[in-house]
Amino acid sequence: MSEILVLVEQVDGEVKKVTLELLTLARSLGTPAAVWAGPGITPEAKARLAEYGAEKIYVAASDDIVDYVVAPKAELLAQLVAAKSPAAVLVAATPEGKEIAGRLAIKTDSGVITDAVGLGEGFVADQSIFGGGVNVHSKVRKGTPIVAVRPNSTAPEPAAGAGAEEEVSVTLSDAAKAARIVERVKQEKGARPELTEAAIVVSGGRGVGSAENFSIIEDLADALGAAVGASRAATDAGWYPHQFQVGQTGKTVSPQLYIAAGISGAIQHRAGMQTAKTIVAINKDPEAPIFELADYGVVGDLHQVVPQLTEEVKKRK
Amino acid sequence: MNIVVCVKQVPDTATERKLRSDDKTLDRDAADGVVNELDEYAVEEALKLKEAHGGEVTVLTMGPGKATETIRKALAMGADKAVHLSDEALHGSDALSTSYAMAQVLKKIGFDLVVLGSESTDARTGVLAAMLAERLGTPQLTLANKVEVEGSSISIQRITDYGYDKVEATLPAVVSVVEKINEPRYPSFKGIMAAKKKPVETLAIGDASIDAAQVGLAAAWSEVVDFAPAPPRAAGTIVKDEGDGGSKAAEFLASKKFI
Repeated sequence: MSEILVLVEQVDGEVKKVTLELLTLARSLGTPAAVWAGPGITPEAKARLAEYGAEKIYVAASDDIVDYVVAPKAELLAQLVAAKSPAAVLVAATPEGKEIAGRLAIKTDSGVITDAVGLGEGFVADQSIFGGGVNVHSKVRKGTPIVAVRPNSTAPEPAAGAGAEEEVSVTLSDAAKAARIVERVKQEKGARPELTEAAIVVSGGRGVGSAENFSIIEDLADALGAAVGASRAATDAGWYPHQFQVGQTGKTVSPQLYIAAGISGAIQHRAGMQTAKTIVAINKDPEAPIFELADYGVVGDLHQVVPQLTEEVKKRK
Repeated sequence: MNIVVCVKQVPDTATERKLRSDDKTLDRDAADGVVNELDEYAVEEALKLKEAHGGEVTVLTMGPGKATETIRKALAMGADKAVHLSDEALHGSDALSTSYAMAQVLKKIGFDLVVLGSESTDARTGVLAAMLAERLGTPQLTLANKVEVEGSSISIQRITDYGYDKVEATLPAVVSVVEKINEPRYPSFKGIMAAKKKPVETLAIGDASIDAAQVGLAAAWSEVVDFAPAPPRAAGTIVKDEGDGGSKAAEFLASKKFI
């Protein structure tokens, strides 16, 4: 079977869950080959990639790859596409992953599909568009299919691969070194999982009522090991930082479980969470559109319902 | 500084958005067209940079005739002039074709800085700015929540999942901005009146040396195979809180093995 390149997402040398998902997906369509772009691969990371099926691990350890914005990773992948003729290239549909995919598509004269939530035979992708209102099958018809797949699209399953390492030396053009990263600023984000990757997301909206009351949402999230999200009404009001906004102009999440508390469920919000597998809604307005999506809904005041839920979750753990 | 701000007319999110059954492209007649919300931040940022550094702001859009509404809005906010790339041959263009066509126009009209919104609310691919940087061979300064220009140097804060990266480059460059980078101004009455007199140049593909074989539905690198309305989610269980709503929700979560 042909090789499928999977661009590894990592943070401080640790392979992110989305990469394990992409390797799992790649196994169903070909032979997964992981691409580690930049320095810092560890024996643990290699073992992890092999555990989830990477037959090969291409390592391009040059500092230059991570010192400039996006373009070097696209050049690295383009060189691998030329050298290895893979059947497809998979990246995570993060903002940066999509940018890499876009530049790679131009370099390799290939089609690109962004925000796939599934990928089947012939690299036909499932997409959910217009705020979840329309399901689309799409495919690339020229070049090497380049597909950006949303986190949580596949459940990661281990199945050992050989994990044979191959060093790759990449030659970067001057154009790829035009936007230099001079400083990385890490903002404190605590122990919670990252919003777009989290298996469970608990979000608060207008009904939360104040910044202080967001502690109710955070407490439930922490009891569940979940990420915290917020509707635009809540971030616009300044109750929760903007980077946690779930919705059409914010983050798109696709978790196993999404709990919406005090969120009415306007299309703006639904566009960011409608592909969640299970949805629980808590809202005092029985007419709130969020209940149309909910697998389970509680009509009531979140200030009573959520703390009670949090206590029950803690008890059952 | 010669700033070009790219804007897109998109179907209003609040109306029902559809694909056409005949060629599976966006049905632009089914919904009201509005300015892509994220592009308003791009227009505002372009205007602020002009106010600080002098120069001119040109609005660039690609789209059918009715996209002029979007151009007028950007002009009413304060942009100086506009270029409207409009040609039947562009219908159905994918991201690769769109970036090619826009890059050809940008090469023709010249620029020091191109500013875009980080994505459109209809296609949401989020790739156009990166693709333009690739095609134009200029630095990619995307996902910015802060932009600073000094002479020919430009720096941005690029948002990341851990915080942000500080990125530096030299003009000319392509910038994309994220929501909340600024507070877009409302067009004043004076601005709206003035916009009617500002120059709008309409270009067909031949005017910008765009190869017809590289654009439109037939040239697209990817295709929609089929589409269908999302099936309604199975009706869920809705209970009224009688003092036990939290416990009941917990039972549901336990039944689904989340706890």
